[in-house]
Amino acid sequence: MSTDSMVSTGTATTAGARAHARAQEAQALSEGFARPAPPPGVTPDDVVWAERIAGGGYSHRRITRGTCVRLVDVAGDACAHVLAYNALAPWERLNVADTVKVQWQVYAGAGRLLLSDQGRVLASVVEDTSGHHDTIYGTSTQARNERRYGDGSPEGPSPAGRELLVLGAAKHGLGRRDVVPSVSYFQGVRIDDEGRPHPTGSAGAGGSVVLRAEMPLILLVADVPHPLDPRDEYVATPLDVVAWRDRPTGPDDPLWDATPEGRRAFENTRDYLRSGGLA
Amino acid sequence: MSTFVSRTTVAPRAPWSAVLERGQLLTIVDLDGNQAVDFLAYDAHETSRAYSAQATLQEQDSVFLTTGSVLRDNEGTPLLSVVEDEVGRHDTLGGACSKESNTLRYGHHTYGQHACAENFLRELSRYGMGKRDHVPNVNWFMNVPVDPDGALGIVDGISAPGLSVSLRAEKDTLVLVSNCPQINNPCNGFDPSRAEMVVRAGVPA
Repeated sequence: MSTDSMVSTGTATTAGARAHARAQEAQALSEGFARPAPPPGVTPDDVVWAERIAGGGYSHRRITRGTCVRLVDVAGDACAHVLAYNALAPWERLNVADTVKVQWQVYAGAGRLLLSDQGRVLASVVEDTSGHHDTIYGTSTQARNERRYGDGSPEGPSPAGRELLVLGAAKHGLGRRDVVPSVSYFQGVRIDDEGRPHPTGSAGAGGSVVLRAEMPLILLVADVPHPLDPRDEYVATPLDVVAWRDRPTGPDDPLWDATPEGRRAFENTRDYLRSGGLA
Repeated sequence: MSTFVSRTTVAPRAPWSAVLERGQLLTIVDLDGNQAVDFLAYDAHETSRAYSAQATLQEQDSVFLTTGSVLRDNEGTPLLSVVEDEVGRHDTLGGACSKESNTLRYGHHTYGQHACAENFLRELSRYGMGKRDHVPNVNWFMNVPVDPDGALGIVDGISAPGLSVSLRAEKDTLVLVSNCPQINNPCNGFDPSRAEMVVRAGVPA
């Protein structure tokens, strides 16, 4: 029997099922499946992670110190909910309270640092073309999405951010208690004089943010609607992630001592890495 | 009428904790005025369900806490409700002070000072919990405005001696307090002072 005739039997035989399975990649490529390209100036050899996260999806990666991670709001309705952990000791992790308190600022953007609970810099924001971000409201819970959209489970039509981050965390040995308050990019909120939030939505398609890992990190990213998204329907469009080998912020960079708080955070990070033989 | 269960004066800089039964009322009194009382809460029977400032704020129309605020865990479930508040607003954006964050905010010379994170870690350890359980918290009596440009800071307090806030436990809840030791900002008027914890029996909602 020829191979052709086996394929023609469909998936009723192992040979047919194998041929069917193996044909799928070519089919997807012919339909335009592609990984996001790096920005100009980054050579393909330096790319360490390139992925398109579907709306309602998530991803996660362990990355080395000095890696740059570019997030792109492809179609204008992505919201990147991000958590970062020290990959060497993941009980050290993003602390949103310290991040806003130490930097005297709740609105995130270029030049801001993502601080850990140990007074160190996990990552710095080196580029931002969006400006629509949030550090206060975090991500959605299953209970909230069930109430708002009828479902919040990861396999359903309107996954909750917390449930997706729990899955990402689990793949690094972390549990629900490790999924703590997060930051979100590409959907803004402004606070008025009375303390009330006003969602400002997206800056539009193509907005991007580049995070630089200042320590070895476990990075979790979920792309789900902001919890204060005012729309009745669940709207989440794709998020591109491209990461490449770069270098951590050093004492010669303007960001190192842009603020006294940031300088001391970089100093603490350097001391920690040096004493551990890591820098 | 509610029945008195316990009354504890927490010394300046010290921690305190208790398990509140569903329906019990906890009144936190700012005995001497302008004393930040850092506060954490957990489902007493499932401690991976920790207080979440973000889940809490998602369900109310202001970033400040006051009467009517419901303190929620990380899954969005109510742990405690604010049933009475004599101050008007309280903070949950700024989190606790730590020796480590003090070095960023005030200088490396402050590393030797005691801080709320030390109190929380010590108290969590009594319940078999640890660093992974320590999350951003509530700061009763602490005044943290957000300016139009996003500037946020701990400023002079709006509390006064004897003012209090009262919470009702919506389920059996482990509550932890750090009577804030901070001396480098106005959260304690630069002089940490006493707080009082009064627990009374109550009626579940």
